[in-house]
Amino acid sequence: MTKPVVIVGASMAGLRTAEALRRFGYTGAITAIGDESYGPYNRPPLSKEVLVSDAVTFESVAFAQRAATADVTWVLGNKAVAANLEGQTVTCADGQVFEYSNLVTATGLRPKRADFANNLNTGRHAIRSLDDAIALRAELKPGARVVVLGAGFVGCETAATAKKLGCDVTIVAPSRLPIQRILGDDLAAEIMRRQQAEGVNFVMGQSISDLIGNEKVEGVVLDNGVKLPCDVLIEAIGSLCNVEWLAGNDINISDGVLTDANLHARKSTGETWSNVFAVGDIAKFENALFDGETRRVEHWNIPTESGKHVGQQVALQYQIDDANADAHSRSSATAALASLTTTGFRPVPSFWSDQFDVHLLAFGMLALADENRLVQGGISGDCVFEYYRGGKLVGVAGIGMRSVVQNYRNVFAQKESK
Amino acid sequence: MTIKIDVDMTKCQHYGQCVFEAPNIFRLNNNDKLEYTAEADDSELANVEAAIDVCPMQAIFIV
Repeated sequence: MTKPVVIVGASMAGLRTAEALRRFGYTGAITAIGDESYGPYNRPPLSKEVLVSDAVTFESVAFAQRAATADVTWVLGNKAVAANLEGQTVTCADGQVFEYSNLVTATGLRPKRADFANNLNTGRHAIRSLDDAIALRAELKPGARVVVLGAGFVGCETAATAKKLGCDVTIVAPSRLPIQRILGDDLAAEIMRRQQAEGVNFVMGQSISDLIGNEKVEGVVLDNGVKLPCDVLIEAIGSLCNVEWLAGNDINISDGVLTDANLHARKSTGETWSNVFAVGDIAKFENALFDGETRRVEHWNIPTESGKHVGQQVALQYQIDDANADAHSRSSATAALASLTTTGFRPVPSFWSDQFDVHLLAFGMLALADENRLVQGGISGDCVFEYYRGGKLVGVAGIGMRSVVQNYRNVFAQKESK
Repeated sequence: MTIKIDVDMTKCQHYGQCVFEAPNIFRLNNNDKLEYTAEADDSELANVEAAIDVCPMQAIFIV
């Protein structure tokens, strides 16, 4: 019996990889290993719906399982701790060793945490997993004094949700404006204005130097010495890649997993591992739609699209290598794989954010821009911004006006044939 | 053969992610609200499944 395809990471990217394997004709064994006790679930509600209602459970956010992937072996609540890429094995925390034919790394991110002299645990939160969100939910009571450290998407969305729940909310961040690196000054300033109009306090250009309290957080001390009372501290200061388990192999894990344009992991020589792939937030790939730089892209559609790209490649290679297959199906698989890999993985990043009445929708790589232009509407209402780098359109974002923003996606890429 | 498509409009937040994947089935109207065709030819199955995958609210179903 041939060794299974092993997917390490049982979240969205891993699930989509498994589905694509089946959709494109792989019939062999698939094992998916995940450190959470849950199967794949949808994370966007974690900063919104899950915090609002006790009725939101795992079942509410679980991804629907398709019949085609019903026979995937899910190894849950078990963390991969080591891999031997030469020997084609993955070792888990409980000592189990899994042999693989192809390895898909899909281990995603974990929240970066702040470090304080008074390193209290109680009253501090981060949001990445369902259990994180459920733990925070219990503390977001009306009147609770909430400090959100960090003003990115997660920080801003969580602040809005906490405010709607009746908490007293202050965002503290070192940057001048929220979500500034991605949205640029104009839209970032408008997001801040609208959050302030809803009653969220902002302390920008500051970080938190220490905590106040004995057994639990009672306050925070800012860099400038100012003290803020705090019942609940939410740390939304970015993420770290879960790639330590790949250490010791000839692979570049300095920032996620460095890959080629088809998501094969790279060796130090620049060659690639033909049977080791990265998908989702940890994949650091070059995107021919934009430039030759390799980047990780933490946007909504990347886990799905990278999972499909890898699943399809592995499934086609499996058909090409299948000694029992007829010549026709092998040659058509060969042609399909060549077409797929010549194009390479070139997704149009897509994301949105909801904060109070602000419904933001965006496509592209806004953070690359050196210039942005208001092209429709007015910034205090619904509006659309185009983002340029060196005069070339690299992204679009809108508040409202979704049908206008939607039309831009085809400007970046023709829809891939399926 | 045809497929039947259902969108749970109590969940749908009109993000329009489905529109790109299955433009023959889903569209945003002038008020940015989702509209969709509830019955389609089998040939749309792959596109509709892709739309199901990318729906942030997981509100799309084949019935």
